[in-house]
Amino acid sequence: MKIITLFLLCLSTIAQAGPAIQTWETSNGAKVYFVPAPELPMADIRVVFDAGSAREGKKWGLASMTTGLLTEGADGLSAEQISEYFEDIGAQVDSGSLRDMAYLGVRTITEQKNFETALEGLSKVLTKPDFPEAAFERQKKRTLIGLQQKKQSPSSIAEDAFYAAIYGDHPYAHPTSGNEQTVNNIAREDLVAFYKEWFTAKNAIIAIVGDLNTEQAKQAAEKVLGQLPAGKAAPSLPPVKDLTEGKTIKINHPSSQTTILIGQTGMKRGDPDYYALYVGNHSLGGSGLVSRLSDEVREKRGLSYSVYSYFLPMREKGSFMSGMQTRNDQVEEATKVMKDTINNYLVKGQTEKEFTASVKNITGGFPMRIDNNSKIVEYLSVIGFYQLPLDYLDTFIGKIEALTIDQTRDAMKRRLHPDKMVTVIVGGNAGKAKEGTES
Amino acid sequence: MFHKLKIVLSVLLLGQSGFLSAASSEKTQEFKLDNGLKLIVQEDHRSPVVVTQVWYKVGSSYEHEGITGLSHMLEHMMFKGTKEVKPGEFSRIIAENGGRENAFTNRDYTAYYQQLEKSRLPVSFKLESDRMRNLIISDEEFMKERKVVSEERRMRTDDSPQSLTYETFQATAYQTSPYRNPVIGWMADIMHYEPQDLRDWYGMWYAPNNATVVVVGDVDAEKVHQLALKYFGPLKPEKLAVLKDRPEVKQTGEKRIVVKDDAKVPCLLMGYKAPSLVEAKARPKVIPEQDIYALEVLASVLDGGNSSRLTKNLIRGQEVASSASASYSMMSRLGSLFLFDGTPAHGQTIEALEKAIRAEIEKVKNEPLDEQEIDRVKTQVITSNIYQKDSVYYQAMVIGILETVGLSWHDRDEYVDKVKAVTADQVQAVARKYLVNDHLTVAVLKPVPAQKEQLSANSK
Repeated sequence: MKIITLFLLCLSTIAQAGPAIQTWETSNGAKVYFVPAPELPMADIRVVFDAGSAREGKKWGLASMTTGLLTEGADGLSAEQISEYFEDIGAQVDSGSLRDMAYLGVRTITEQKNFETALEGLSKVLTKPDFPEAAFERQKKRTLIGLQQKKQSPSSIAEDAFYAAIYGDHPYAHPTSGNEQTVNNIAREDLVAFYKEWFTAKNAIIAIVGDLNTEQAKQAAEKVLGQLPAGKAAPSLPPVKDLTEGKTIKINHPSSQTTILIGQTGMKRGDPDYYALYVGNHSLGGSGLVSRLSDEVREKRGLSYSVYSYFLPMREKGSFMSGMQTRNDQVEEATKVMKDTINNYLVKGQTEKEFTASVKNITGGFPMRIDNNSKIVEYLSVIGFYQLPLDYLDTFIGKIEALTIDQTRDAMKRRLHPDKMVTVIVGGNAGKAKEGTES
Repeated sequence: MFHKLKIVLSVLLLGQSGFLSAASSEKTQEFKLDNGLKLIVQEDHRSPVVVTQVWYKVGSSYEHEGITGLSHMLEHMMFKGTKEVKPGEFSRIIAENGGRENAFTNRDYTAYYQQLEKSRLPVSFKLESDRMRNLIISDEEFMKERKVVSEERRMRTDDSPQSLTYETFQATAYQTSPYRNPVIGWMADIMHYEPQDLRDWYGMWYAPNNATVVVVGDVDAEKVHQLALKYFGPLKPEKLAVLKDRPEVKQTGEKRIVVKDDAKVPCLLMGYKAPSLVEAKARPKVIPEQDIYALEVLASVLDGGNSSRLTKNLIRGQEVASSASASYSMMSRLGSLFLFDGTPAHGQTIEALEKAIRAEIEKVKNEPLDEQEIDRVKTQVITSNIYQKDSVYYQAMVIGILETVGLSWHDRDEYVDKVKAVTADQVQAVARKYLVNDHLTVAVLKPVPAQKEQLSANSK
């Protein structure tokens, strides 16, 4: 006890502001978010479109393929030439496609010639993609192999089943990589059409962090997206229906360990309960080893290596998911412990000790959220895409500290309904006998 | 366009790296305590945070048959309490101080780290110095945690066909070297640990004279030094065990294995025995240091990015691979492997993939390399060196690894220049010297449907 008191003596509130965010629009309507970071001679520029899998209708896998193909051919340059183009200047390109958003960005040094070349390259792939037939066919095949590989992973199988169960026929329900049937049915024209519809300036935000002044950032943003049609912002997505009854889904899989997921629909970005739920969930399963779930499942019973719970806020209601993996013959016990822990936690609410510890961990750890350029680019992407207030980072600590334990308990109780949750259990096939190796 | 880029390149190559190396060295300082503990502090004032890592010179390559995975198990037990701090309390204290923490075990090291707001560094030092010498391993905590480790093994390896293949591959490629054993340990070994095994292992290896503390962040080096003296200074050193030398016997012919598992997609692993920087420094007459850096460049020529040969020729060109990569780790303590791995493209066979990879290897050996290819690799190394400075965590990792495998953090500052000095001829020469069939191990993952028999006993 003595040691703990000593450690808590010098605790003071860290009243830290976030980085100063500048914002404006490009001439064709893309919103730009910029944070100058002069200490290192580099810059990150990321463009985010409201063009995730939620926009692909029945053509599951289309959004992912479209984003993935942007760097495989643009402005007459082949995939080869594009790769060499960026790598000759030591620039790194990364892209991704999720349910809400699709993004593509570049990391480059700010040495003038390199920087200008990087911007030009980024502009080409974003505004003049060719979607070459050969590249498209190749990518389709790679996607099909990827789908096969997913079937080897109990956690991937579980996650796909979980999303399907909590979302029903909502655009969030299906996997972002699609399935074999839907991917096989996608044609090149579908990518061209998807790109034309969703990759427009008014449907984009640009996040810039780096050794630039405001004028340079303004020019960079124009350079990158200036040639894109203005288009329009994507319409809102249909609301997510909450679950009305509990459900258990069991999927046999030849693994020695079973993956268990328990959860439901969660919250939106900008949800009024956001902070209360964040703190409320933290001591349930959001704080790693010191959470209630970890304590009950791992520390006390050794049932799982990894156990967690989290809210994933999205444009419409994201998920609330808790999970763990345990040896097949422990599934019944593990599922019971998970459910009992969640139930007890909600009935009584987090304890005073848990509440205080959560607030301290979240506020005390705030500096690490924004301690490098990569992390700041991520935040700008989220703030810009979800139109969070520009002072989101500045007010973060204050909002957490303003919470009371009654508020966190109340929010968790109101929003989480164990009797209506989905339980997904994948594994349990006792047929996993390894044949060993042959030479 | 390309001509213009070449000008940019040479400006870059001449201008940037030297300046950056000098800047790094100025801000990194080394201190040695009387009890043998080494402290390395790098000041980085970009954000008010600090990452603090404690690196122990012990890992799976220090273990022997029957106790594989013990270092990793001990890593888990390090969170289970000392005389002063109850089990689980360590993590609670760090969490309450807003910190993020974790630990990892590898073949050559075990490291513990926290990321904290800069003023909380004393919290870390107090806790780390305490568990460096005062850990209590109770039978009860041990029994529970062993279950957790067995679940971890199932999650990471047993239920992952590709990981299982890699594990079997390593155990085949290495015959007498301790690198043949998995870091997490064989399941049978895990299930036969006794608490005393852990206590003995802890007593043998966890001591100030077997540890390096690395601190990177918004700190003052001398103040950190004073803090280290206060907390780590009083700890007594240990007479360390002398590890028996267990060299890998010479491989005189190709090894091939097949791993059958309930996978959906086959995969291929190929590994050629290759030297590491530690070996080159130990035997400069046999292994010139430039070989190491030439191997680094070779790995990048083959798989340094989207324009590299494997992606260009196997994924795009011939469309024989869905994925194909090459890697080489220069920082292992006991030698290295030059690795290739890949999955065949839809409708292609593993045999075709292997053939294609071998053809690329022959090409490098027999056809002169394009200067532009080499320059491209070097440019990426230079810019990566800049990008890495964005992460205090990464910078601490590099220092920690170098110091713990028997190198020096100073080697980091020479890296870029040594890569720059590599010539196309040297890259070709190391391909001929090391990518030799008689030193090759090949593993193929062959998907088979699930069997109906019960789980074997040793999985429980």
